[in-house]
Amino acid sequence: MTARVGIVGIGHTRFGNSSAYDLVDVMAYAATDALVDAGILDQRREIDQVFVANMASGLFCHQTSIASAMVSKMDMEPTPAELIENGPASGASAVKVAYMAIASGMVDVAMVVGGEIMRKVSGWEGTDVVASMLHTEAEYNMGLTLPSFGGMFARLYMEKYGCTERDLALVAVKDHDNGLLNKYAHVQGACTIEAIADNETAGVVNNYIAEPLRIYSTCPVTDGAAALILVNMDSPKAAMFKKKAVRIAGFGSATDTHCVHNRKDPLMLNAVRIAGEKAYKMAGVTPKDISFAELHDAFVILELAISEEVGLFERGKSFLAVRNGETSIKGRIPINTSGGLKSKGHPVGATGVSQVVELVRQLRGEAEEGRQVENPKYGMSVNFGGFGNNVVAIICAKD
Amino acid sequence: MAIDPLELKLRPPELGITPYPAKMITLASGEIMVVREARREDVGALLGTVYPLIGVPTDYYDIVAARMYEEILGWYRHRTANEFILVGAINGVIAGIVTSRSVDHKLGMSLHTLTIKRGLRVGAQLFAAKMEDHIDYQGADEVYIVAESPIGFKRWMIEYELENRFDSYPAVRHELGGVPTFVLTRKLWEAVKAVKCTGTRPVPPEILATADKLIMPSEYTQIPGFKR
Repeated sequence: MTARVGIVGIGHTRFGNSSAYDLVDVMAYAATDALVDAGILDQRREIDQVFVANMASGLFCHQTSIASAMVSKMDMEPTPAELIENGPASGASAVKVAYMAIASGMVDVAMVVGGEIMRKVSGWEGTDVVASMLHTEAEYNMGLTLPSFGGMFARLYMEKYGCTERDLALVAVKDHDNGLLNKYAHVQGACTIEAIADNETAGVVNNYIAEPLRIYSTCPVTDGAAALILVNMDSPKAAMFKKKAVRIAGFGSATDTHCVHNRKDPLMLNAVRIAGEKAYKMAGVTPKDISFAELHDAFVILELAISEEVGLFERGKSFLAVRNGETSIKGRIPINTSGGLKSKGHPVGATGVSQVVELVRQLRGEAEEGRQVENPKYGMSVNFGGFGNNVVAIICAKD
Repeated sequence: MAIDPLELKLRPPELGITPYPAKMITLASGEIMVVREARREDVGALLGTVYPLIGVPTDYYDIVAARMYEEILGWYRHRTANEFILVGAINGVIAGIVTSRSVDHKLGMSLHTLTIKRGLRVGAQLFAAKMEDHIDYQGADEVYIVAESPIGFKRWMIEYELENRFDSYPAVRHELGGVPTFVLTRKLWEAVKAVKCTGTRPVPPEILATADKLIMPSEYTQIPGFKR
């Protein structure tokens, strides 16, 4: 039997515009926050291994080897440190690798720090950097970007299932309501369905980004970092932490074709489905056991599609659940309680770690008043790399 | 009221500005922003709103605020020809200000756009209102535009796909610093107006009344901890 792995420390920066700051400093802030939360700031050399998650610091910030820089900044040498890069799923991949390192018995305590500073470059340069993860000849060179994929995906979904632009706006309204209460969220501002969908001026106030996706269907460009301290819950070192561990009950990851057009049905997010199935199997639970979920809504359409792929709703029915309020904080299965990528923001390398931070906050009962899920048992995160070609799902449990 | 003869010599000749009818826009937050022309009695609130931002270097608020402060004074003290100011107010609180002037009946000179309340595209709406005023109400065929910040460049030059008249420099140059100039033409405006410019008219009297007396903002996201 492998070791039980738990999370005993969480750290997070306020997401937003940190372009005036150094990436390593921002990550060190989150790491320090996690060490303080875990109660081991002065014992940080007890950490056996550091994993840093980042997608493109070389392109966004002209900085490389940031894992080494992070450890040095934290005065943690000679702790081993490596960088994990898996596109926008880098964060969850780093959590997964940290879990495996602990479960293998090689280390007892690991730190995961995810961070990205995207706003040092202009918006269109940032879009270009993110698009560099697409297939070079078949996609990128044809001018495709992630928003354009999101738009095409949304159009297909809407035509197949009858979802409307207003339904997409309802997801945004719900996410912004949650983000408004999250101290870490980038966009702490509510929006109303009347203003962004129903009013005669809505078409200009909520303008198109990649039709049918509008500005309120799309995540902002965000800087920030998040950090976790993971421990072998069965090791003697587990006793040094001041807070009870939130257990990582399961994870799963999977890949799909790099080129989206090679998929039989572009609406089928196979990597999401398989990652979810693996995570459920490892955790010994089913979708019905999930109390809340953090899903990768870089575009709100993805919140709907991912929630269906991981079995929280029937295919083509999730937007009906949103209409009924089932995914709101008081609903049957709250989704993106943090505000999601839509409102909290999406610093690509940090996102997967940030999602797990939210799972821990909710399972500890530490979320802000008004967005705390009532007595959650299991939380699930899905971190989505590429356009669904590399996905990591994680389930955390309150034992 | 009689005007001192010397003062009259100091004032520029005026073309006469066509009134811009107020409109209202429902922002994404659900708040209603009234956009209306500034009146002379608004000058204190306008200056008091702009002044704190002169010390904010982030996103070039300092230069925009400093220059706008001067433009408001130029308008108030009759030292700038054919200038107009539009203000966006939410429940009377100033959310943004734009300044501009007509060079002649066919040419507008866009001056500044200052967003106080950020994150709701207030600046974008007010800039669009300014262009609407120039072309649809003043009758201009072209408006000269420059940006002093990367955000402005993205919002105006890129999103509007403004014409680059750099080849005509220095014959065509904006009054702000005399720098190379971008131009919004009537044709371009007609192409983008539907997706850039919005608002409902007439504004119901009870909503218009909320913007009658302008209120200076009590907080600025640009200035954490600001106290008036």
